[in-house]
Amino acid sequence: MSDSAVRRAIYTAIGVLILAMMLFPVYWMVNASLQPSGNTLTAGFLPLNPTFEGYRRALSEQGRNLVTSVLIAGGTVVLCLLISAPCAYALSQFRSRWVGIGLLAILVSQMIPGIVIANALYTAYERLGLLNSIPGLIVANCSSGIPFAILILRSFMLSLPPSLVEAARVDGAGLFRAFVAIVLPISRNSLITAGLFTFLFSWSDFLFALTLTTKGRVRPVTLGIYQYLGTQVQNWNAVMATAVLSAIPAIVLLVVAQKYIAAGAIGGAVK
Amino acid sequence: MSSRGRRRRGEDLTKVLFVAPAALAMLALFGYPVLKNLMMSLQDYTLRTFFTGQAPWVGLRNYTTVVTDQLFSQAMVNTALFTIGSIAFQFAAGLALALFFRRRFPLSNLLRSLLLLPWLLPLIVSSATWRSILEQDSGILNRTLTGLGLINDPVPWLNSPSVALIAVIGVNIWIGIPFNVTLLYSGLADIPQELYEAGQLDGATGWRGFRYITWPNLRAVASVLLVLGVVYTIKVLDIILGLTGGGPANATQTLATQSYQRSFVDFKFGEGAALSNILIAISLLFAVVYLRGTRRAVDE
Repeated sequence: MSDSAVRRAIYTAIGVLILAMMLFPVYWMVNASLQPSGNTLTAGFLPLNPTFEGYRRALSEQGRNLVTSVLIAGGTVVLCLLISAPCAYALSQFRSRWVGIGLLAILVSQMIPGIVIANALYTAYERLGLLNSIPGLIVANCSSGIPFAILILRSFMLSLPPSLVEAARVDGAGLFRAFVAIVLPISRNSLITAGLFTFLFSWSDFLFALTLTTKGRVRPVTLGIYQYLGTQVQNWNAVMATAVLSAIPAIVLLVVAQKYIAAGAIGGAVK
Repeated sequence: MSSRGRRRRGEDLTKVLFVAPAALAMLALFGYPVLKNLMMSLQDYTLRTFFTGQAPWVGLRNYTTVVTDQLFSQAMVNTALFTIGSIAFQFAAGLALALFFRRRFPLSNLLRSLLLLPWLLPLIVSSATWRSILEQDSGILNRTLTGLGLINDPVPWLNSPSVALIAVIGVNIWIGIPFNVTLLYSGLADIPQELYEAGQLDGATGWRGFRYITWPNLRAVASVLLVLGVVYTIKVLDIILGLTGGGPANATQTLATQSYQRSFVDFKFGEGAALSNILIAISLLFAVVYLRGTRRAVDE
């Protein structure tokens, strides 16, 4: 082996070590979920006698909450994309002084703590009868989804040549038809990225679930985990099994949309 | 009117329709809450309001109440420590890792993407996992540390007022590192390679290369990252509620948890609104001052 090959192998080894340290808690979550019930005192570093008891309990106690979370996150994705996509296109292609104002508004909106939104929505929902409801949580989750989706979609749509739509317009299509027939299909990948992130945000939502629900009827799984933590935890394996199940969207996003994640993180943050 | 003019008119209307839903949503989800909070912070808005419909105006009383509360100064100090501690270490670790992953070696990209997992996990999942790791008697951290002979008695990570804030900051650093790596890595990737080649001729390698080429070119990304870091960190709620709930003995109470507590535990919405308005003011102030300062630095 040449000198530089040795060095590169050492770098890979260091990289693996860094990753192992950073991901140890994730490993521990999976490991603890497979340990026999009881506290983690007896938990070894390896699940030598794996049991799925934790998962059985998690599914029977949190199964309904998982379904609730799927409905909320799915609904948020649909609503967010419907609202964000046309706006992102407008902000990327139309020339107007309003574009700058719109972008500034989106940036400032990032500074508003969720608790402010929850505070106001609670009182409004109380009157509108939207507390403890899935639509109520979907709307609340749009507060993180819409600005993010607009930024992601816009940064992609900026690269679309105006001639693309103009060609369709010459053939007599209206602006809206050209948008639906041409812009949206081309933007498929960025729509998927924005959609996956929006799903993940609302799946992970804890604050709105905590504040905008008061009864047990509508209870996303994040709140289910929180309630497990509320008392002295007796069965870590059930808690960790629920945690593993709740981590699935993040893992799917990481595997399926790996190459879009960095772009998404950057598009949402900087541009 | 000519048909062309009519078409233009219709077009302007379509353009408005493209933006209208998003504009309405932003008004409803950000504009309304901010205004409503400003109003509520000046009202005696409590649980009773929901029954009587009455929220008398009280001027700045909510603000004086929350600011003179003995918990306020502690919450301010905790918020500052939490924010500064989290960001300093996230950024330093993120920069170190970004520089490391800039080197070309097998699996570099794969490892770097897998590193993102802690950032993608729901915060409450991370909280729960760390709770189990940090448990005083049975947690794996204390078991490992005692096993290695590094400590004699298990550390009450989340149960001792003197340690809990450090533990919470530590978990938050862990969550924030991946985001910092990703942004700094992309910032590094944008620095033209020619700069380094030119620098090499002038002897700017190693530390000097970092000092004179990497850092100046990274400064724009770094300042955005730091502002975002403050804005996000200052309002963190999930992690603290999941790990300690603000305890023990209020040792991990921040402005955000206090605001939550007043609104949704004590149902004193006016006081909660006052606290969260203070929170907004601080992050806005920080963002404006910092961005103005760095813009000047970048322009020069």
